[in-house]
Amino acid sequence: MATRIHVQTTLNGEAAEFLCDSRQSLLEVLRDDLGFTGTKEGCSNGNCGACSLQIDGVLVDSCLVLAAEVDGKSVNTIEGLASPAQLHPLQQKFLEHAALQCGICTPGFIMAAKALLEKNPKPTEHEVRYWLAGNLCRCTGYDKIVRAVLDAAESMEASA
Amino acid sequence: MQTFDYVAAQTVDEAVSLLASKGDQARVLAGGTDLIVQLREGRRQLETVVDVKKIPEANVLSYDAQNGLHLGAAVACHRIYNDPVISKTYPGLMDAFTLIGGIQIQGRASVGGNLCNSSPAADSTPTLIAHRTMCVIAGPNGQRVVPVEQFCTAPGRNVLENGEFLLSLRVPAPPNNFGAHYLRFIPRNEMDIAVVGVGSSLMLGDDKSTVTDARIALGAVAPTPLVAVEAAAALVGKPISDDTIAAAASAAASIARPIDDMRGTVQQRIHLTGVLTRRTLQGALSRARGES
Ligand SMILES: Cc1cc2nc3c(=O)[nH]c(=O)nc-3n(C[C@H](O)[C@H](O)[C@H](O)COP(=O)(O)OP(=O)(O)OC[C@H]3O[C@@H](n4cnc5c(N)ncnc54)[C@H](O)[C@@H]3O)c2cc1C
Ligand code: FES
Ligand code: FES
Repeated sequence: MATRIHVQTTLNGEAAEFLCDSRQSLLEVLRDDLGFTGTKEGCSNGNCGACSLQIDGVLVDSCLVLAAEVDGKSVNTIEGLASPAQLHPLQQKFLEHAALQCGICTPGFIMAAKALLEKNPKPTEHEVRYWLAGNLCRCTGYDKIVRAVLDAAESMEASA
Repeated sequence: MQTFDYVAAQTVDEAVSLLASKGDQARVLAGGTDLIVQLREGRRQLETVVDVKKIPEANVLSYDAQNGLHLGAAVACHRIYNDPVISKTYPGLMDAFTLIGGIQIQGRASVGGNLCNSSPAADSTPTLIAHRTMCVIAGPNGQRVVPVEQFCTAPGRNVLENGEFLLSLRVPAPPNNFGAHYLRFIPRNEMDIAVVGVGSSLMLGDDKSTVTDARIALGAVAPTPLVAVEAAAALVGKPISDDTIAAAASAAASIARPIDDMRGTVQQRIHLTGVLTRRTLQGALSRARGES
């Protein structure tokens, strides 16, 4: 029998620790054990991007990460984005552009877009579409998502 | 997912002794983008998963003009292409490393894992072959080195023996007038498995025309990646021209022995092998001449 693994991590800037089984994905532990249900499960095989989050600043699919692997690492999820006072510009622009319908894909798109803007604050439309190729949406047809990301980039540049 | 022991090995010796004692009940975990999917789908049953990402030698990423590229087997694609020197020095490798999956997959997927998964369609293998990469393998009897074109032996199989794992890859520094290029054909623009992939490299003489060395490797057209020896021989020693490139392309197409599946037919794959050989040679040529 595998023993439970003790994991110490930083979750959205705060120290967090948990016990997990080796076979549990980071996505499972976040959603089922820690109550962080903002990160969504779509395919659980790396194709849809609904489970996107950042580990040490790197964008990954959390369904393809074992929870045990994040020991000593820093994890950032959609829950860490808004401040108590206001939404993150990406969240605000997704609302303004109606870039979501059912919303299942939205946290993944926003986390992916956040990672893009950290690396490339002024992406072209082509760069946005290319970067977001690992995120699937069955509702919006993508166009509104791309507009929202481009608009958020502009407003973040303006306020920077 | 099934239950298994997860061990993050800290040293080469720890990983080797675990792998040796568990035999085929243990496997290495790098980025997990193949392995975790296989475990979840029940395609693999394991007692032990050995994470090699904490082993320093599996994490090196360094380049110098003497020794070339030293690439730890567990280094994820994003680290490689975000290194300004390495990405500029090896555009023919970056062609492949930037198209494995999407950004999220590249945040985890290692080149070592791509090679060790040993899929005939793995995108990095043909271009590693075109670059004359050597595989450094660690095992119970120390280290051994295997040329990358000899690494894969059948779909999902390779030369690794019990207790061995891939430690790192050594890619020679590009000589003067060297250029390489990788292209794959997929029905979509990104996020798909290669129907055919071709990696080519060329080295030119001082006249920037005579081919002094060439290497062409084909993916997804046989149980393992193929080296197109006669295709390269059709180029070497001659001034490069549309005719020699066409001769190389048809020689490459003639050794393809692909299968029919949902991604493409035999006939289409053979045709694509010729087309991609021609295009990658043209791409390699313009890089060798410093035009792109
Ligand atoms: C959505 C999606 C898209 C993908 N797209 C592509 C694509 O476009 N092109 C492509 O080629 N692949 C693609 N893949 C497959 C996969 O991402 C790549 O093969 C990747 O490079 C595997 O690397 P990894 O580090 O994640 O390997 P892992 O999953 O950790 O390991 C892969 C296999 O190799 C073994 N292994 C890993 N490292 C070592 C080592 N150092 N020594 C010995 N054995 C080792 C493991 O035991 C396992 O069997 C895709 C996968 C997904 C989920
Ligand atoms: S749930 Fe992780 S990529 Fe779909
Ligand atoms: S809004 Fe429904 S999947 Fe994107």
